[in-house]
Amino acid sequence: MIRFDQVSKRYPGSDEALRGVSFEIAQGELAFVTGHSGAGKSTLLKLMAAIERPSSGTVLIGNQNVSKLRPRIVPYMRRKFGLVFQDHKLLYDRNCFENVALPLYINGVTGQEAAKRIRAALDKVGLLGKEKAMPITLSGGEQQRLAIARAVVSRPSILIADEPTGNLDETYAADIMALFHAFRQVGVTVIIATHDAHGINSIPGKMLHLDHGKLTVS
Amino acid sequence: MKHWINQHTLVWRLVLARICRNKLATLLIWAVIGIALCLPAILYVIIDNVNQLAGEVKNEPQISVFMKLDADKATVANIKSLLEKHSGISNLKFVSKDSAWKAMQDSALTDNIAANLKHNPLPDAFFIQPKAHAPSAIDQLQHELQTLEGVEHVLADADWAKRLYSILELGKKAVWVLSGLLGFALVTIIGNTIRLQILTQREEIEVSKLIGATDGFIRRPFLYAGTLYGLGGSLAALLFVNGIITIFNLSVADLAELYGSSFILALPDWQISLGITACAVALGWLGSYIAVNRSLARLNPH
Ligand SMILES: Nc1ncnc2c1ncn2[C@@H]1O[C@H](COP(=O)(O)OP(=O)(O)OP(=O)(O)O)[C@@H](O)[C@H]1O
Ligand SMILES: [Mg+2]
Repeated sequence: MIRFDQVSKRYPGSDEALRGVSFEIAQGELAFVTGHSGAGKSTLLKLMAAIERPSSGTVLIGNQNVSKLRPRIVPYMRRKFGLVFQDHKLLYDRNCFENVALPLYINGVTGQEAAKRIRAALDKVGLLGKEKAMPITLSGGEQQRLAIARAVVSRPSILIADEPTGNLDETYAADIMALFHAFRQVGVTVIIATHDAHGINSIPGKMLHLDHGKLTVS
Repeated sequence: MKHWINQHTLVWRLVLARICRNKLATLLIWAVIGIALCLPAILYVIIDNVNQLAGEVKNEPQISVFMKLDADKATVANIKSLLEKHSGISNLKFVSKDSAWKAMQDSALTDNIAANLKHNPLPDAFFIQPKAHAPSAIDQLQHELQTLEGVEHVLADADWAKRLYSILELGKKAVWVLSGLLGFALVTIIGNTIRLQILTQREEIEVSKLIGATDGFIRRPFLYAGTLYGLGGSLAALLFVNGIITIFNLSVADLAELYGSSFILALPDWQISLGITACAVALGWLGSYIAVNRSLARLNPH
């Protein structure tokens, strides 16, 4: 499903963020990306979602080489993913409902059908009562859950979450992890980057540990 | 299909909501575009009216063909039949040297002169009204007639027409130049407005791109907004043009009455109005397209 082959990434004007990383994630698998701050976790996830391109090596999603994608195809590629960004990237001039609606509108789902799915997604993360609230009025954890709702609303086949439980207390973190696990059980490939290792022991999954851009299999 | 309609109504709703939120700004943009468009439109209307007036004026250009004094009757008859058949001539009048001589003797003004002359100094002459009034056409006809056998001299009294035509030509060119410049200004005004909107919506665009929006999806609301600016601006321009000309006509009518004429400036017809609207809409679209594409290019480094 997702295959990295000797992937290195160097940002202009900085050291290599990833060095010769190779691994494979099968369809329907759950994988955790761990490592210290600056280890290259976010970079790894961005390469998967075709947000960044590798400096060398190949990234294969399905059977498509991400670095060889024509620019026209990239948007359609990205729609396969549900993305939870580390900095959430919520729209602060739109209410919760509209934030979650964005991926659906991009996919061309509108009206009643969209409303139904948006409410279902908000319900899953426990924000159903806040659909009219503006994101700025939400707590850090609530914003994080809103970002998760937006990532799952269009029922992606691959869910990529960058530190999705960073601001959550343990019960919510466990809830969210259980939610990801549930997605996995319906066949969604789930990849989660996290720096706290103890939250993830409860759930079985593949571990990808990064240390200064190098993958150390644990 | 339903899907497609849904998406477009959604975009229109979004765009209209944004416009409603910035009523004053939108009105100002419409006014600015309206003023920019109404300058060449008014100039055009004036020139168009003068052009029509010029066409109606009785003082049509005339070409006089004077024959050689020694041209015999056969040559003159030959030329006469040639001119009668000529396709560029609408009216032909022949004045023989004898009738001209007689007229001269009969006229109280010139009978003295005629009496002092021993014989008839006048040539046979043709007076021609050409079909085409353009100076170039008259010039051409003049040269053509000059080469005919037995013709001494061809006189074209086309100077008046020439001058009027060159002024009108100049005016038309001025309309084009002015339209070009103001069209450019329009693209710039709308492009800049859209650019500012893009700046305020930067985050939304970025996020949308990250989660799989196509360039078309991002462009659409801005293109619609630009088109609406063009449309609103052109309607404002039509309002201005019609208003200004109507006010103008009140004074023109007074003036024309003094000269016993009923001349007033005609309002732009529906073709012109439609043309202005179509141009403004197209330029609005173009301005926003350029603005969005420049922003998108900055967002897509690949
Ligand atoms: N856009 C960028 N331009 C330049 N350097 C970058 C960029 N993004 C990341 N880096 C560098 O790449 C390295 C890896 O960054 P990355 O964001 O992948 O780390 P991370 O593992 O996600 O860290 P954290 O846990 O703090 O989020 C860092 O040294 C960072 O400075
Ligand atoms: Mg990170």
